[in-house]
Amino acid sequence: MDATPHQPRWTLEAFRAGAMATVPLLPGLCAFGIAFGTVAARQGFSLLDACLMSATVFAGVAQIIVVDAWPKELTAATIFTGAVVTALICSRFILIGASMRPWFGAVPERGLVYFTLYLLVEPPWLLGTRYYNNGGRDPAFVLGSCTMCWLSWVGSTAPGYWVGASVGDPQRFGLDLIMPAFFVVMLVSMWQGPRRAVGWAVGSVVAVATERFFGGFWYVLAGALAGSFVGGFVDD
Amino acid sequence: MIERDPIGFVAMLAGMAAAVIFCRIGGYWLLGRFPIGARLRKMLNALPGAVIASTIAPILFTGGASAWVALLAAAVTMIAARNDFAALAAGVAVAVAARAAGI
Repeated sequence: MDATPHQPRWTLEAFRAGAMATVPLLPGLCAFGIAFGTVAARQGFSLLDACLMSATVFAGVAQIIVVDAWPKELTAATIFTGAVVTALICSRFILIGASMRPWFGAVPERGLVYFTLYLLVEPPWLLGTRYYNNGGRDPAFVLGSCTMCWLSWVGSTAPGYWVGASVGDPQRFGLDLIMPAFFVVMLVSMWQGPRRAVGWAVGSVVAVATERFFGGFWYVLAGALAGSFVGGFVDD
Repeated sequence: MIERDPIGFVAMLAGMAAAVIFCRIGGYWLLGRFPIGARLRKMLNALPGAVIASTIAPILFTGGASAWVALLAAAVTMIAARNDFAALAAGVAVAVAARAAGI
């Protein structure tokens, strides 16, 4: 493995650096949490229920979709359906987690690694990948970013629950574009010449086509699989 | 409105959390079972870009002109300034301006 044995692990400095790198995203993350709180209030959840779900499930789109289509009666069948829908929406994380193997596999503190993976959403993953590519190896960077995302997600559920739709239209303030803009920014930092971008182009086309023909949940997974598969066969 | 059914609610939370944990940890766990060859490592390296492209391409397809100009502004600012915060601020500012102008 390519881990440098002398590099310190789980330092407070790296944790703080990861948390700070996440700060520019907070308005976007909170807008998302407010959207969830609004849906939960509309569906008659108690505030405690809504926050409990945000804290334990911690999966934005999956929570909004499952709560929006909350079953009238909670039976084994409807609960199973809820879990399957959640797994489908989160299926891209199977790939995302796999891509952390070369870095986290060399870290001996397995419990902390698995805890970090449980909280691993896109922003810490992408910020962490850039940190790794710049030579960083301390996994606390990722945990710091995860913690920031978790706090803002759970913390913004309550304001959404209380004020809900009266917050106004998030589109007017451009809040809906913060996450897409963040993705573009990360793509710019990853740019390593047009050959590497072949996989991006393939992923885009497959994602758009999948979204057109099948809608729903599959397009990110399909595009990511196609794009990284092709990327693996492009010579530098 | 949901019925008050605390046991069912906790069961649903457990089911959803289990699904999330399965996805976030499953792929990582699986790759620990066998050695990662050069080809697989290259695919994993290509994954972040592929995930991003797959996420934003449909948004560009359906988001209209304001999404295009906002994301373009973010990209240009990032190339010029190499600063996440400046790039995000530029993207949001352009989105607000474009939508206020009715684009």
